[in-house]
Amino acid sequence: MNRKSNTLGLATLMLLLCGLVAACGDTGASTTNTAPTGGAVSGTTTTAAATNAGAATTAAGTTTGTTAAAGAATTAAAAGAATTAAAAGQTGNVVAGVSKNFSGKQLRIITANHPWNEGIKKVLPQFEQASGMKITVENYFEDQLSQKLQIGLTSGSSGADVFMFRPLQEGKLFANNGWLNDLSAKAQGASEWNWSDFQDAARSTVTFDNKVYGIPIVTEREIVYYRKDLFEQAGLKAPTTLEELTEAAKKLTDPAKGQYGLVMRGQRSPAVTQFSSFLYSSGGTWTTSDGKSALGTPEALSAYKLYGDLLKNYGPQGTLNMSWPQAVAIFQQGKAAMWIDADSLYTNVLDPAKSIIADKVGYAQFPAGKAGSKPYNITSWALGMNAASGNQDAAWEFIRWATSAPVVMQLQQSGLPGARSTVWNSPDGLKGFPEEYAKVAQSSAKAGVGFDRPPVVNVGEARDIVGNPIVISIQGGDVAGAVKEADQKFNAFLDKDKNAKS
Amino acid sequence: MAVSNPAEYSPKRNTSFVDWLNRHIKLIFILPSLIFVLAMMVFPIGYTVWLSFNEWNGSARQSPQGVGLSNYTNLLTADPRFWDSVLRTFLFSFGAVVAELLLGLGIALLLQGKFFGQNFIKTLILLPMVATPVAIGMAWLLMFEPTIGLLNALLRDIGIAPQPWLGSEQQALWSLVMVDVWQWTPMMALILLAGLTVLPEEPYEAARVDGASPRQRFFYLTLPLLMPTIVVATLLRSIDALKTFDIIYTMTRGGPGYATETINTYGYVQSFEYFKLGQASSLLVIFFAMVLGISLLFIQVRRRWGVQA
Repeated sequence: MNRKSNTLGLATLMLLLCGLVAACGDTGASTTNTAPTGGAVSGTTTTAAATNAGAATTAAGTTTGTTAAAGAATTAAAAGAATTAAAAGQTGNVVAGVSKNFSGKQLRIITANHPWNEGIKKVLPQFEQASGMKITVENYFEDQLSQKLQIGLTSGSSGADVFMFRPLQEGKLFANNGWLNDLSAKAQGASEWNWSDFQDAARSTVTFDNKVYGIPIVTEREIVYYRKDLFEQAGLKAPTTLEELTEAAKKLTDPAKGQYGLVMRGQRSPAVTQFSSFLYSSGGTWTTSDGKSALGTPEALSAYKLYGDLLKNYGPQGTLNMSWPQAVAIFQQGKAAMWIDADSLYTNVLDPAKSIIADKVGYAQFPAGKAGSKPYNITSWALGMNAASGNQDAAWEFIRWATSAPVVMQLQQSGLPGARSTVWNSPDGLKGFPEEYAKVAQSSAKAGVGFDRPPVVNVGEARDIVGNPIVISIQGGDVAGAVKEADQKFNAFLDKDKNAKS
Repeated sequence: MAVSNPAEYSPKRNTSFVDWLNRHIKLIFILPSLIFVLAMMVFPIGYTVWLSFNEWNGSARQSPQGVGLSNYTNLLTADPRFWDSVLRTFLFSFGAVVAELLLGLGIALLLQGKFFGQNFIKTLILLPMVATPVAIGMAWLLMFEPTIGLLNALLRDIGIAPQPWLGSEQQALWSLVMVDVWQWTPMMALILLAGLTVLPEEPYEAARVDGASPRQRFFYLTLPLLMPTIVVATLLRSIDALKTFDIIYTMTRGGPGYATETINTYGYVQSFEYFKLGQASSLLVIFFAMVLGISLLFIQVRRRWGVQA
């Protein structure tokens, strides 16, 4: 009898647990959002917030979602705090030139969970008032965004009118598949809005086969973040060549003190973009002018070796499982003297809530190799229009406004690097950035290469192929063999990728 | 039952329709679930099978192109990543389920007797199971972090060299197994505990009278009597472990290199990163067949042991 009642109790307990699980369902969903960004390729500040919040407290599993959200809010607040106060008062009319022609229309916008989305939301009510349109914004963590778009667009659903996409990652594919509207006529026709004000590199990134498929909203360059205090102590200056970089990394590595020379991404696919500046500056590139693999060159080999050696000899343990959120966490905790990654992520190191070295960070342009200093300078995000949208003119009205000079100015003043030359050239446009950072970002933009990954249709597969030697190199394996294999595979891939275009 | 003849209530109205309803009452009652199963299970599986004989990247301009069996021959003969991922899927599942079974059995035996705070302890042990896998992945990712993570801090405190954990090709898969074991041992323990509590008392009384040692009682009574439960628990857990995706994706995305790429993450990569929807479908069809085969095997095993119980 005793056992029977025990069973009953147990059954009740299980029921309760089921209820609990069901109740957690919502939390589960929002937590799921957090996940993929952990290994994400570039982009949001939010995961780092989660990483940090967790690092400090080792947050209990289910609460992580909330922590991330809270963290995101803090980030945005902290990033903007210094600058928005100034910006809000004087940016003038962000809705100048918005027409009432589409009053009453409803638009659905899908965005990534990225500071751009936080920024645009602040001015969106003004747009809604000026235009009479109703805008619904949905946001997703970037990998989920990609899936969401693919599934929505594959099924031909016209759910979203406008969406954020990564031109270098999925632009060609989306355009080839007929998912993106050709915006050439609209962009070139809007003279006051001024398409030619967008930086050349940015415009080329969203232009495929001479057609404009998106409007650039966020740009980024690879730079060196370094610890001024450590460099000073060691009597070093910010590295200007790759040799100096190696020297500095060597000098500042002291595993006994838990200090490492530098930290960078080591996960196969995420590392590819940050490896690209090493490749260009060493004199290499991805593809030759006739569309063959260019990985077989000695320049490419030396770049692969350098990247791996730096991380293997002077990096912390576990870089093989690092994308940027993991890497920046090491830098924020003061365990690395340098962090090399995209400049658009700089708010992560400046936020005192997350970073114990916030006041000790210096910025340097990507060091020069044999071919000089050639960081990437890319458009990481653009706004695209769904080809199946039934509200194309209204959607363009929104895109035109969201990328207009006053809006870009306001967003850039809140610390978000945009793509408009006039904004970059105006002192007002640089107000939001630390002074040294603004200089580095400007000079990097001039030297920069317009792509940070192979310019192909199926980027995901290409990244895995060209990223493999990075992993082998960090592990200290046979780099030459791995590069040779990657070269062959990449050639075979390029043959197929070309066929995919037709 | 009263419902068996609704026609009685309205003999004049709609007689033919009610008659028809009456005659097909069985069909009508199961219709909702039938529609659900067709729409949510049969159709997707059928579509996946169809897609596995095509190549398509989701284009609106080009519909799926029939390629016959080439997706399958590609995977089975020309793709080392596929076979590696199959091997890893089974290593992961086998390692995790065996550890969970042993630990779960131990915990169930410990919890079986009466002791103070028993319910509290039971609840506590079940907590990992309730948490969302992705959240668990995030939390463990932080603990595994070699430089600033909790685990290495603990190791350093007791004088063991810090480990790279997820950052090493050799350790990553087993680190993931550890997380799976941490999360799912409670379920194993719960099922086995339920099995233990309904075991008959009489054989134990008889054994005690005969002077059997606790060891003998465990190996000759508890284990055989519990075997049906063990088989069911192992079956459920194995199928679940084979399907593991969330913690792997959250924590390593299949890396370092390809060291933790399982069939599930490879399928994800093929569809959502490479846009090879046909290739991904063929991979899933093969995996589906494997899981089906394993389930059938277990059902056979269960039948055997079921007779004994």
